[in-house]
Amino acid sequence: MASEQEVQDGLADIVNEIAGVPQEDVTPGKSFTDDLDIDSLSMVEIVQACEDKFGVSIPDDQVKNLKTVGDAISYIANA
Amino acid sequence: MTALIRTTTGALHGRILGVGGYRPARVVTNAEIVANIDSSDEWIRSRSGIESRRWAGDGESVADMSVAAAGKALAAAGIDADQIGTTIISTVSHPLQTPSVAVEITDRLGATGSAAFDISAACAGFCHAVAIGNDLVRGGSAEYVLAVGVERLSDFTDPYDRGSAFIFADGAGAVVIGPSDVPAIGPVVWGADGSQRAVIEQQPSWLHPSVADDKVKPYFRMEGQKVFRWAVYEMAKVAQRALDAAGVAAADLDAFIPHQANIRIVDAMVRALKLPDHVPVARDIVDSGNTSAASVPLAMERMLESGQVTSGGTALLIGFGAGLVYAAQVVTLP
Repeated sequence: MASEQEVQDGLADIVNEIAGVPQEDVTPGKSFTDDLDIDSLSMVEIVQACEDKFGVSIPDDQVKNLKTVGDAISYIANA
Repeated sequence: MTALIRTTTGALHGRILGVGGYRPARVVTNAEIVANIDSSDEWIRSRSGIESRRWAGDGESVADMSVAAAGKALAAAGIDADQIGTTIISTVSHPLQTPSVAVEITDRLGATGSAAFDISAACAGFCHAVAIGNDLVRGGSAEYVLAVGVERLSDFTDPYDRGSAFIFADGAGAVVIGPSDVPAIGPVVWGADGSQRAVIEQQPSWLHPSVADDKVKPYFRMEGQKVFRWAVYEMAKVAQRALDAAGVAAADLDAFIPHQANIRIVDAMVRALKLPDHVPVARDIVDSGNTSAASVPLAMERMLESGQVTSGGTALLIGFGAGLVYAAQVVTLP
């Protein structure tokens, strides 16, 4: 099980690769949509990359609940 | 008694001998599309990469576009129409259940010695037709095969559906497949996941009472995000399997020509495949839209004409779409 810091670092790398957002901007309080300007298709890519990297399953109906970076970190760390 | 039945043997290998495309004259801009939907040029570009698409003119049929594309492919291959042994037309937008559009096309081309039939494999149809054509040539059922992907999707597009109105477009692409001394069409990797048949589908059926009463037209409906996730991740694996089956490394490709579904799918697939930067990628969708079965041969023709890749180059083709169905193979370009 990855720690929350490990998940945050890994998620920052993924968001950087897929959406070009600087890693240091990927912090728990940020909204994917409003702060990081990530659209629904990029979110699908990010979710899939998280599944591969962290070995977790994030069903489609959960994705809409992951509004902030913090939501994603806690979902993945506790999955 | 059981009689001894003679059988045929064909060419050792098959190859694509020529490609030809047909793009309708009418350019439809995003501005025209957004007149009917709550959207914008910027939104459409960012979500799909599409800046404009081509729609067929009034009365310009699936057969008309096919004949134009096939004529170019035959000329490029140096083959006469009467040498064609089998004609395979892949389309989901020919508006008659029967007869097939293939018989009209062979008649108009003068392909009098050709068997003719349609196949239905949506956006994967062209790659299905290449696989079948290759096996017909190798099996001895035909010396030359004409394979066409053609769509007039504008007839099946709901202009008021903001999820699909900007995607679909019209066009035709054709190839001639014939014998080769060396392998030039790799093994096909194909399949179907019918459990997802509702993800992209015509709604409603032609037989629905509202259609009969002329209140509703059958349109193609799509759950965009589900298709996106499946296309990017499952199809990247299929593309890799097609490379492995052909014994070709991604770094050795001269072109990657995926179905032009959405530029975001193309870009994400390139990332998932870890395709090296030096491999040119078809991005014909920008001014062609999604032409379903026609998209791969149209993109192939354009990459060759523009000099992005040359004849004899090695290309990875992959089609995927409604079904959900898919097919991929590595080919030597004509």
